Amino acid sequence: MSETGTTYREAMREAIREAMRRDERVFLMGEDVGAYGGCFAVSLGLLEEFGPERVRDTPLSESAFVGAGIGAALGGMRPIVEIMTVNFSLLALDQIINNAATLLHMSGGQFGVPLVIRMTTGAGRQLAAQHSHSLEGWYAHIPGLRILAPATLEDARGMLWPSLEDPDPVLIFEHGALYALSGVPRPGPVDITRAAIRRSGEDITLIAYGGTVGKTLSAADALAAENIEAEVIDLRVLRPLDDVTIMRSVGRTHRVLVVDEGWRSGSLSAEISSRIVEQAFYELDAPIGRLCAAEVPIPYARHLEEAAIPQVATIIAAAREVVTS
Amino acid sequence: MAVKHRAREGASRDLLYQMLRIRRFEERCVELYSGEKIRGFMHLYIGEEAVAAGVCHALTPDDAVVSTYREHGHALVRDVPATAIMAEMYGKAAGCSRGRGGSMHIFDAPHRFYGGNAIVGGGLPLAVGLALADRFQGRNRVTACFFGDGAVAEGEFHECLNLAALWRLPVLFACENNLYAMGTALARSHAETDLALRAASYDVVAWPVDGMDVSAVADSASRAAESIRAGAGPHFLELRTYRFRAHSMYDPDRYRDKAEIEQWKKRDPINALITRMKAAQEIDDDGLSVLEKEISAEIDKAIAFAEQAPVEPVEDLARFVYSDTPRAGGTRPMGAVEAAP
Repeated sequence: MSETGTTYREAMREAIREAMRRDERVFLMGEDVGAYGGCFAVSLGLLEEFGPERVRDTPLSESAFVGAGIGAALGGMRPIVEIMTVNFSLLALDQIINNAATLLHMSGGQFGVPLVIRMTTGAGRQLAAQHSHSLEGWYAHIPGLRILAPATLEDARGMLWPSLEDPDPVLIFEHGALYALSGVPRPGPVDITRAAIRRSGEDITLIAYGGTVGKTLSAADALAAENIEAEVIDLRVLRPLDDVTIMRSVGRTHRVLVVDEGWRSGSLSAEISSRIVEQAFYELDAPIGRLCAAEVPIPYARHLEEAAIPQVATIIAAAREVVTS
Repeated sequence: MAVKHRAREGASRDLLYQMLRIRRFEERCVELYSGEKIRGFMHLYIGEEAVAAGVCHALTPDDAVVSTYREHGHALVRDVPATAIMAEMYGKAAGCSRGRGGSMHIFDAPHRFYGGNAIVGGGLPLAVGLALADRFQGRNRVTACFFGDGAVAEGEFHECLNLAALWRLPVLFACENNLYAMGTALARSHAETDLALRAASYDVVAWPVDGMDVSAVADSASRAAESIRAGAGPHFLELRTYRFRAHSMYDPDRYRDKAEIEQWKKRDPINALITRMKAAQEIDDDGLSVLEKEISAEIDKAIAFAEQAPVEPVEDLARFVYSDTPRAGGTRPMGAVEAAP
């Protein structure tokens, strides 16, 4: 990492490197994390530094290596399991949901699972339906898991260590479009419990996470030119949700748009809308707006894919509608 | 069957004691289930006792066990207190899983008993990971993983055997082949029914064992565990056994021929061992009745304990979803951008 800046990818790599230097119980395991350097080059160079025991290439056996991560955590290690993409995590759902999320409770508090699972998520790269899912909202449905969505360089750099210190399983969702994000990250500690206000404003609260945070901030800048001052909340933590930050913001702006790259039905945006209605209904001056992915498998063709997921222009339009309604 | 008995002196009595404990414990469980003291799914091990007793005979207290929903026997032999197991089935706070698991989810940290997994095949990856942790931390321990013939049809089985073999991990895969995956006979669900052969295809040392002969099981398990401790990587035992009862208390058992069940009952592992021990003058009826009394007292005590044990307060419903210990992250400047030491 240099004075001139870093990328999201490098920040993530530095976080892994630092954790492995600090704690010998930490190791990285997953498909192509070693010799290949990581499918998204996050772990490039780590094999050379830490060797094949601690940077451990696995066969294409998601269920086995995720479950082995759970077992290793039970055995006193602090594994970082990389699942190449959220799409493949479906092959490990049994282990994540039936074991990682339940063991502590089902064992009456005896067996915690201090495991970190990282995976890429999201659409926007013309990879078609089977490589473009945004299922983090789905995982956020599951008690026992902590779900994180780093959207900034600071969070890419800083969320891993507190996740490894967490005694319970943490899933980190890295949006695929963010790896090339670059800049000079602000120094300072990072927590994994709170949402962050990325921009202040008093006319509307825009709630986003992961891959839509950047687009939402761009939309907020454009709205400012129309004299609409938007407050932008980056959720950061999808489970447990930081209700306090959301409700306080709603109390200031009285209008809300939730931007979610997941599908609308049964989504995280639905959960957030419900909570606002439950906790801050009388603060609202207008119906809550939601901008989600179109309810289609994400298509390949660029113009179709762009139309399927939130974009700066559609966020602006949706925000305008909430403000003027 | 001619078996070379490698088990230590006095082992037969021990093995008999453990098998009888499981049998009597579960017979009482059936009564308690009928009396609605125990609810939910309950899967009995009756008929298969030689497997738990024999395999666990090869383990030390430091070794780990990963088991299935048919795990009362494994837990008992691994010294999980009968009181805590019974209280768990009663759904009490004094249960080993504080009433959150029931019959299928017996957990016990002090005895390294990692459950009671009720997803077929779901425990295998955990065993691989536990063994991997031992490798990392330089501990020479064995993780014994029990599962049934049904699990061999699951993808997790194949992924895990490959992974354990690839990394030469110290796992003892103990496949309890009781010929039925719930109601589906092995031959109706597997093209190749020689399970040891299939395990061997992953470069795992594997062989079949007469699972109704506890000495044969103890002997094979001891050889396998010794070899694992010597660094030979994972081993797989296909323990050919049979459950005398239905799959669970809900199962009307329509898919098995009564004659088949009766045939297997003739090979009852407990009777077989008693016959052999009597012939070798290792036990007589008085000795047997001493064992029975000791076991009966233990079970009475377990039931009395479970009966009087308090239930978990409803206010604690949400405990153990996340750890009680405060989470350190977020309070210390770790992971900060400037923080690499």
